Amino acid sequence: MNKLLGWVDDRFPLMALWDDHMAKYYAPKNFNFWYFFGSLALLVLVIQILSGIFLTMHYKPDGALAFASVEYIMRDVPYGWLIRYMHSTGASAFFVVVYLHMFRGLMYGSYKQPRELIWLFGMFIYLALMAEAFMGYLLPWGQMSYWGAQVIISLFGAIPWIGDALTLWIRGDYVISDATLNRFFALHVIALPLVLVGLVVAHLIALHEVGSNNPDGVEIKKNKDENGIPKDGIPFHPYYSVKDIVGVIVFLMFFVAVMFFAPEMGGYFIEHANFVPADPLKTPEHIAPVWYFTPFYAILRAVPDKLLGVIAMFASIAVLFVMPWLDRCKVKSIRYRATIYKVNLAAFVVSFLVLGYLGMLPATPGRTLAAQIFSIIYFGFFAVLWYTSKDEKTKPVPERVTK
Amino acid sequence: MRKLISALLLAIAPSLVLAAGGGIKLDHANIDVSNKEAIQRGAKTFVNYCLSCHSASYMRYNRLGADAGMTDQQLKDNLIFTRNKKGEQTKVGELMKIAMNDDYAKEAFGTKIPDLTVISRSRGADWLYTYLRTFYADPSRPTGHNNKAFPDVGMPNVLWEMQGVQEAEIRVDENGTKHVEKLTITQPGTHTVAEFDAVVNDLVTYLVYMGEPMQLERKRLGFYILIFLFIFFIVAYMLKKEYWKDVH
Repeated sequence: MNKLLGWVDDRFPLMALWDDHMAKYYAPKNFNFWYFFGSLALLVLVIQILSGIFLTMHYKPDGALAFASVEYIMRDVPYGWLIRYMHSTGASAFFVVVYLHMFRGLMYGSYKQPRELIWLFGMFIYLALMAEAFMGYLLPWGQMSYWGAQVIISLFGAIPWIGDALTLWIRGDYVISDATLNRFFALHVIALPLVLVGLVVAHLIALHEVGSNNPDGVEIKKNKDENGIPKDGIPFHPYYSVKDIVGVIVFLMFFVAVMFFAPEMGGYFIEHANFVPADPLKTPEHIAPVWYFTPFYAILRAVPDKLLGVIAMFASIAVLFVMPWLDRCKVKSIRYRATIYKVNLAAFVVSFLVLGYLGMLPATPGRTLAAQIFSIIYFGFFAVLWYTSKDEKTKPVPERVTK
Repeated sequence: MRKLISALLLAIAPSLVLAAGGGIKLDHANIDVSNKEAIQRGAKTFVNYCLSCHSASYMRYNRLGADAGMTDQQLKDNLIFTRNKKGEQTKVGELMKIAMNDDYAKEAFGTKIPDLTVISRSRGADWLYTYLRTFYADPSRPTGHNNKAFPDVGMPNVLWEMQGVQEAEIRVDENGTKHVEKLTITQPGTHTVAEFDAVVNDLVTYLVYMGEPMQLERKRLGFYILIFLFIFFIVAYMLKKEYWKDVH
């Protein structure tokens, strides 16, 4: 065994890779609950790729066959229903995990110097993930697949001059059709997964280059022992590998509970209208995107003008990219930041949740007003942060990590 | 400020439940998909009354047989009334298809007729249970009937022989919208109200079963996986404790 390992190692840096990323990657010893979600996101990515491969073996990307092929998977393919529910639950789980992961980053300032690139790679992962989810949602070819895609693609039509040509180019037809389904299938199963995996690798390489942040926002590399090992660091393997297994099991308990006992999750993970085959002539009573897009959909609808709404919607995501430069406070962790930051972040989270809720409901004048107010709070977070973070009254940050 | 908050809460309050039923209050169906007799009775009503205009083109006869405890012969004798192009009886392994095509349906009923395989998953059991029991006489409709849950529906009142004919008390509100206030049976059918409700309840049980035939298996398997994960959790947690003993 050792001989084989030596033979490989003479030709490929196997042990060096293992050491760099696992056995001798020193992570801060004070990771808390919030630090599970990075590795969980990786787990969900693997679940989605594996279940996706098996779905692709039976699914038919054809306007006349797609809906029936999904039901064929659910009924006639042995354990096809299990694979399909794994994939549909996985899509929502991916966003749950990623949102918590991003929130962790905001709480502990993980986007700050020297981790700006990690944050940027992460944001690109989030963008790719949204595109991946959007295109995947068309594939079951139900009413909500069809009309959801219709609404979202028509947004590009609001762009002056090139709008109509652009939507035509995206759809490959004048309406959502077989041509659209086929290209979304190609993008969903090949193009975007490749981009996603590439970005995840970049995200991890960048992370392992600068080292992990922690709940105290202390740079553990500033305190090293005589061997050059951070005093507050412990090797990722075995310490965090065994700890993450515990996290994985707890996560899987939730995942399995949804997948086997409530796969539709009351119509939030698989919408009821999506059990009606796509019909270009019949618009459903109420079109709402899946829950993970609804905060942005609420912002879109809050603005009376279509083009400005589209701009506001894209801005609400784009503004997250510049977080490392918007936040001018040197202190990373929320533990040592001023009350204003805590209140501001709490308002941001509340506005995100309320917008998400409003985005699921049909619009009424009252709800539109609410969406407008919470959209202002959403964007207000960034403005207040920029304004208050420069001379923020922070608490002293300890030299070493605390328990 | 407090006024503003309460206004906002009021705006958000109306729940998603209303969006599904078209605004009417739905009667509650009592569904137990583990009741094989109910599924058998529901299937019988289904193939006799529904499966000639409506297809169930993702459902196989022998899947029903296996799940509800019927032999191939029992399926052939009791549930399969269609024939293939050669004139032979449809095989038990085939899908529940029908002879009517969309063009004919449009001519006859003015609309495409929905496939019913997964109808319970889009409409919900309570809606189906309410819909099938709230047809009422309305001479202005081509079929002579209208429906409380699905106003101006194209479907005729197929189960009228059992239920009888209902008359509706209709209130027109200030916007000109019609509300069905009360339904009374004016011409009794072959079944009493309780008997008819039971027939519809069985039929909806069958539809819910057909929407997801593996739903019992899914829960059974999920239960074992959760038990496995629970045991695995204890082991993993002890392993983690052991490793982390020396981290201070």
